[in-house]
This record gives sequence, C-alpha cells and structure tokens, in this order.
Amino acid sequence: MSLFEKIRQFLFRDSARTFGTCSVALLVLLAVVPAKDHFREWLGYQNGYERLIRNRSDGVSLARRFQGGVRQTWLPELQVVDRCTTCHVSLKEASLAGVAQPFRPHPPIPHALNEFGCVMCHRGQGFATTVEDAHNSTLAWEQPILPARYVESSCGQCHERPLTGTPQLNSGREMLASYGCVNCHKVLSPEGRAMTATDNPPPLSHVASKTSREWIFAWLKNPQAYAATATMPNFQLSDDDARDLSAFLISQSTPYLEGAPRKSAPSAGDAQQGASVYGESYCASCHAMQNAAGLMVGGNVGPELTRVGSKVKPEWLAEWLRNPKTYDPETAMPHYRFEDKDIGLVMGFLGTKTDSDFLANVKLEPATPAQIEHGKRLVNERGCASCHEINGIPRPDNFAPELSAVGSLALSKIVFVPGMQHTLPDYIAAKIRNPRSFGSALKMPQFTLADSQVDALVTALLAQTTRAKTLPVALRIQAPPPSTYQPAGKAAKLIADMRCFSCHMINGRGGSMAPELTWEGSSVQRSWLVNFLKRPNTLRPALIRRMPKFNMTDEEANTLADYIMAVYQTPAFDSGSADVANFAAGDAAHGKDLYYGKYACNSCHILDPNKDKGYLGPTLTQAGLRLNATWVFHWLKNAQELRPGALEITWNMGDDDARAITAFLMQQKAATAQGGAK
Amino acid sequence: MKQAMVVSTVILGLLSAAGCHRASSPGPAATAYGAAVVAVSGDKQVAGAGAALDQPLVAQVNDAQGSPVAGALVRFSGGQGVRFDPASGLTGSDGQITVKVYLGGMAGRYPLLAITQDKAGKAYQAEFPEIALDYQQMLGRVLNEKYCSRCHNPESTAERVSNHDNLSVPPHAFTDGAALNAISKANLIAEISHGGAAVGKSAEMPPYGLTLSAPDIEALAAYIRAVADPPYRPQGVFNAAP
Repeated sequence: MSLFEKIRQFLFRDSARTFGTCSVALLVLLAVVPAKDHFREWLGYQNGYERLIRNRSDGVSLARRFQGGVRQTWLPELQVVDRCTTCHVSLKEASLAGVAQPFRPHPPIPHALNEFGCVMCHRGQGFATTVEDAHNSTLAWEQPILPARYVESSCGQCHERPLTGTPQLNSGREMLASYGCVNCHKVLSPEGRAMTATDNPPPLSHVASKTSREWIFAWLKNPQAYAATATMPNFQLSDDDARDLSAFLISQSTPYLEGAPRKSAPSAGDAQQGASVYGESYCASCHAMQNAAGLMVGGNVGPELTRVGSKVKPEWLAEWLRNPKTYDPETAMPHYRFEDKDIGLVMGFLGTKTDSDFLANVKLEPATPAQIEHGKRLVNERGCASCHEINGIPRPDNFAPELSAVGSLALSKIVFVPGMQHTLPDYIAAKIRNPRSFGSALKMPQFTLADSQVDALVTALLAQTTRAKTLPVALRIQAPPPSTYQPAGKAAKLIADMRCFSCHMINGRGGSMAPELTWEGSSVQRSWLVNFLKRPNTLRPALIRRMPKFNMTDEEANTLADYIMAVYQTPAFDSGSADVANFAAGDAAHGKDLYYGKYACNSCHILDPNKDKGYLGPTLTQAGLRLNATWVFHWLKNAQELRPGALEITWNMGDDDARAITAFLMQQKAATAQGGAK
Repeated sequence: MKQAMVVSTVILGLLSAAGCHRASSPGPAATAYGAAVVAVSGDKQVAGAGAALDQPLVAQVNDAQGSPVAGALVRFSGGQGVRFDPASGLTGSDGQITVKVYLGGMAGRYPLLAITQDKAGKAYQAEFPEIALDYQQMLGRVLNEKYCSRCHNPESTAERVSNHDNLSVPPHAFTDGAALNAISKANLIAEISHGGAAVGKSAEMPPYGLTLSAPDIEALAAYIRAVADPPYRPQGVFNAAP
C-alpha cells in the first residue's frame, strides 16, 4: 500500500472521518484569513504609529485624530483613488515635524490634501496598499512615484499661468519656447493652444551676404565654440556633411538689397571710439560680450558678440547697423538712427572682436553640384527649415514627435537604452541630455544645457499629461491668450521700427526687461518724455540694462510722445485733474518730513544726491519735471493697481499724506539729473 | 534525465546568482592616504527638495602637514535620498575631488559628509551643511529674490547691486539665525506686514502687508526659518527623536 493510499485511508475511512477531516480543514482555512490580515504591511505601520505617539506629550490628541484601517481618498472628477493615508497617517500633524517616514507631516501647500489627494502631485500607484507597489518602479510599472525634484510638474497640470512658487516649471516652459524646442515639437495646452517659440532664429535666405561659407562650416560643426551662450544645438555633423550643408546654404542664398539703392559702406573707424558708441548706445542691454577678464557681460536678447568680427562681412554689418529690418524683417533689433560716422565706429569696434582660432583649420574646396545636392538633402533630413527660413525649402510640419501628452507616455511604448533607469523622467532627461545615445541616426541634435536646465525642461514636459486634459475646466488656471495688441497710426510705425516691444510691455504684449508702459501717458510729463526719448538718461542707478539712444529726430520724438500721452492713459483717474495739484501752504514741508521720516522713501530713492544713498527705485531729483502730480498721488496710494508687479510698496496712504509727499516731490526740479549716465 | 536535471540546476543556480548580484560600487583603491579632509566649496547651499545643488561639492584631503594628498579615497554620504555623482573617488593632483549632489526628497537640513581614511583605517570627515526647501519655503525664496534680497543680502553681483550698505540701520541677512531666530513667527510676520516703524524698528523696512498676500508673507517667514544659521529650533514644542 502506497503512502498516499495510507493517508487517504486515515483521513477518509468512513463518512464520520471524512466529515471530521473537512471540518478541521475548514477551521484552518477560516483561521488563515484573520492571520493574513494581521500581517498586513500597512497594519505594521499603523501599529508603529501608535507606538510612536504613545509616549508623547501630545499623544492623546494624536491618538484621538488617528483612524485605523485602510483609508482612501476618492475624487472621481479628478480620477484620484489613493490609499496613501493608510500608512501616511499623520500628514496633517504639524507637531510631528522631523519624525521618520511614513509619519512625517506634509509640508504646507496651498491646497487641502483631501481635496486633491496624493497621486495628483506625487503620482505613484494610489490604490496600492504595500510600499513596493505604491512607490517603486519595476520594469513594467506604468506610474511610479515622481522624484521630488520634478514635483513642480504636477502644479503645471492645472496651472498654465506661471506660479510664483514654481520657478523650475516656469523656467522649463520658458526654455521650451526660447530654445526652439517647439519649432520642431508640437506642444499643446489642454485647451489645444500650441506653445509658440520665442527664439526667433535668423532667416538664411540671404546668408551669403552676411557671412562666409567657412564660418557656416565651423558654426555647424560646433556652435558653442563660436559663442558659449549660443542656443543653436550641435547636429554632430561629419566634416563632409558640414561641407555640403554650408555649400548648399551659400548656393541658395539670394542678394537681399536687390533694386534698393545701396549706400556705400562707411569704412571702419577707430575701435576705441567705437567702443564708446557701443557703450553709449547700450548695445550691452541685449548683447553679451566677454570682457578682458573673461566675464560675460550683457543681456541675452540678441546674440553674443565676443567673436562677431570673425563672422560677419563689413558691408553686411554696415547695412545691418543702418537698418536691421532690411535683412531680417522679424528681428528684435531696433532700427538705430545712426549716422555713417557712428556706423563706421561701431564697425571698427566689432571688427576687433575676432578669434583667429575659430576659422584656423577650415579649408574648403569650391563646392561641386553633387555636394550642393547632398547639402539640400541634409537640410530636409535635419529639419533646418523648422527654425530657419531657407529658399526653396518649405517649413516641415510636425517634424518631430508631438509632446502634448509626453508626461503620460506609457513605459511599454518606450525603448530604453541598456543601463538606464526604466522611468519616464529618466527617459526624458536622457533624451534631452544626450539624444544620440538612443541611436546615432536620430535627428534630434545635441543641446548644451546645465543640469538644472535639463531638470527644468523635464519638469515642464512631465506637466503635459493626459490627466491634465480630463480635469474639470473649473480647476484649470488658464494662461491668458497671447496679446495681439497693435498700436495705431504713425506712432505704430515708430514703435515697430524701434522695436519697443523687445523690452517694454504694453497692454500685455512685449518683453519684461524694461518698465511696463501701458499707462505711461498718465505717469509722466510730455516735455520730459520728448527729452528722454531723444536723450535717455539713467533713472534707476542699480539697473545695468538701460534704454538705448535711438538718435530720433524731433519730429519722431514728438510723434511718439503725443501718442503715448494721448493713448496710454489709465482709466483709474484723470491725469489732468487739478485738485491734487492744488497744494496747501506747508504741504511740501510736511511732505519732506514724511518722505524722510514716516515712509523713509530715501531707503530706495535718491532725491538729494549729496545726502541720499538708496538706489533701488528711480532717482527723484527731477521728479517735478518728470512726473504727473495726479499719478504720484495715486501711485503713493496703490502702486500695484497702476503697475501690477511693481517693486513699489502699496502704501495705502491717506489723502493728506499722499498730497503732502506729492507736493514735496513736485518741487524737485534740479537742473540736471544726478547720478545719470552720459 | 539525471543529466538534464543537473544542467538545469546549474543554470538555475547561475541565473539566481546573477539576479542576486547587486552592483555594489567598491570604488577605486586608494593610492595614498591623508590625515584630514576639508570642505573647499559647495557647502551652505540651498535648493528645492530633491533638486541638484547649483555648485558641486569640492573636498580636499591633506596630510598631517596640511599639504594636499593626491590619490586618496574619499567617500560621500548624506541623509536619505541624497545622490552623489560619483559617490566616491580618488583625489586629483591638487588633492581635491569634485562631486555633483542631488539632495533628498524631504525638505530640511542635510549635513553631507566627505569621509577619508588614513592607512590605519581611522576615518576623517568634513561636513557640507546643505538645505532643501519645501514648496512654501521655495515660494519664500522666490519672493525674497524679488523683494527682500536687494537690501537684506549684502552681497552684490554683476547683475544685482545690493542696497544693503545704503541704509542707516543695516538689515539682517536672512541667514543670520543668531538675530532672527529670537524673533517669534508672529513678530516676524508683523514686521514684514506692517514695516519696521510699527514694531519699534527702522522705518527703512517698509510694510509689505498690502503688496504681498498673507500666504506670501507666511512663505517668507518660512524661508527665513529654513535658511537660518544657526538653525532655527522651535521652542515649547515636543520634538520626537528623529
């Protein structure tokens, strides 16, 4: 008799024995369920929490607020189901700051935890009840927890408008536009609005007039060798490819001044004097240049000019300085009304900004038709026309994959490179950091980015989720649609010609480098404005970016001033109302006391250059010649209302104080602006 | 049959051995030993929780005479979730080693350590105290950059000139824990909201109560607490041992 047969005999000999055996088995099975429940991982944590709080002085209150068992937050309209609070039982107990996870309280955020749940921000597998399942990333886990350094991306699912508290997300979104990512990749907001590029790459249809084939070759090989700050990526072209591309770009180029009467280019003047003109014209407000000490000085609106002398042809530079729009109608560079002498001087200065190393090893034979043909093929393959205007090459549509929902990209659809973490943030970061590591034939070029910039871009891209699209509209903080504001009339032509919008914002359109001008007409006096437009002087001593001198004619300055005075008027008050200017005797003296005493305006403004030191706000030595009294009065009461985001405090001053300080300021009519630039 | 079993057992054994193998990084072997390690740069930085520090850590190993030692092994360690790239390595010819750091995901203080050993195995360490900010503190940091740092940060940079020295009563740097930790949170918020004059201090500190929202001012107070040196220790609150 086999062993099996013996056991069977023993257990199921007769019906009574069989009944007994089954009963015992059932009992054991019944016991397994509570036993299994007793060893649940989360129960261990809840027991641990009770042990943690037992001996604390606030233990009783903590215990009263503690609820055991599986806890769940269910928010159907947000598609949130999470049980994280089963183990993270004390998220709201601020007194537990500093204890180890999972019991740390949640740091303060502007949202109530039970209204948004956990996975909205942290992702992860919300309905899991074990540590491993909830947080970790396994090879096939679709939604591991989001590493803390990308957590701002979750804010971006609802907040399309920049938030003050999410600098990384804001800078990532700004980079998607300013590094030209969106020239190739479509990125749509949940409403379906496409993100637009702000980088404005130059047209190449007349490039042969501007630079040499040798320069194009060296630039294509390594743009950052020419300018460390260049945003043009490196396409990692072979010498042959760069040779053929440069050959094609030169061959497609057409003359850009055809038919127009070309003035003879002034000859390059003295570099030293040219440096003065460059400085006085505040070219450095937009253009950076490496100084003798090797430091980069200047703004980043225009290209870096450290080696510009090795790049541009003198005739082109002369024409560009005369009026940049003849070469590039879309350029952000203003039309300076330079005289030929000054053009020659700036040319002389920029001509010294050369680097003999940059083109030293570039030796190109004349191009053959086959090379040009190959160059054209490369232009199409690499998508050059996505960014640059090139003759005969249409702009490709959707050249690169759309990234509108890349933050929800399924891991199963991703081909990872051996050795990398199988998570979405790691994949996106690797794609940005070193695109060709995914295959040498890939088209995406190599960008030169700091680690923090890569993190910012990953954050912005992770915000592009499918969840964002399905959120209730009421939750979405939409970005305002881009302003299409257009000034009118003769002044509009001048505003366009001098590219005021490159730096100033008016009615929601324009840059942020210079003060907003939406209500400028209410704020200043016309005579001052005309004078300032003709000869800008320094108002804010601490600023290093300054308003350039455009060499306007009297007529132009008057046209602009008339328009600004008539149109850029706030509806909040009538700037001509006289009652504010009817100061009582003694107002000004009282105002002086308030200015230096109660309100300590001198901490930020210089009024008496011999005494005052603060230099954050505009100099007020000539306030009485510059400002409108009614504006000053209202500005002292509520500056933020007149210019949102202004650094000026909203003082909420009473009428008497505001009138007294206004009276004092309107007395300030010093003959020359102090601390002013030349 | 038996042969097949043996083969499959061997294969299984090999597979499980491969599966169990953890890529532990023993690091390179030291070629020299020092008697001290010092923090050269990269300490006292502030970043968002989990974020990379702007500047790398630079540690230098010196011998007993204080001269740099090349080829000494330095290991870095930090709190939970801190990542070093690389986590250990040999000092270069200048006796220094540079590593990139990602802070842990929890806000708080991170006393990062660079550790080296002498020939006898005795360990020396240098501390790099770093700070990770949570959302509220980060908001405070951004607001500080716009509104406060122009006067409260005495350092000028090429892009931002400090107004600190132009004031008759020098403002406290926000890192000045010795002075600021003594001010209660309520008083800190009152001073930011109502200005210096309202709390019997300099009128040069303007009132921000109507310029900034209440949560913004709370965030500034939180940031001031977060970066205080020496660190802020709340009083009268029971602190569980970490």
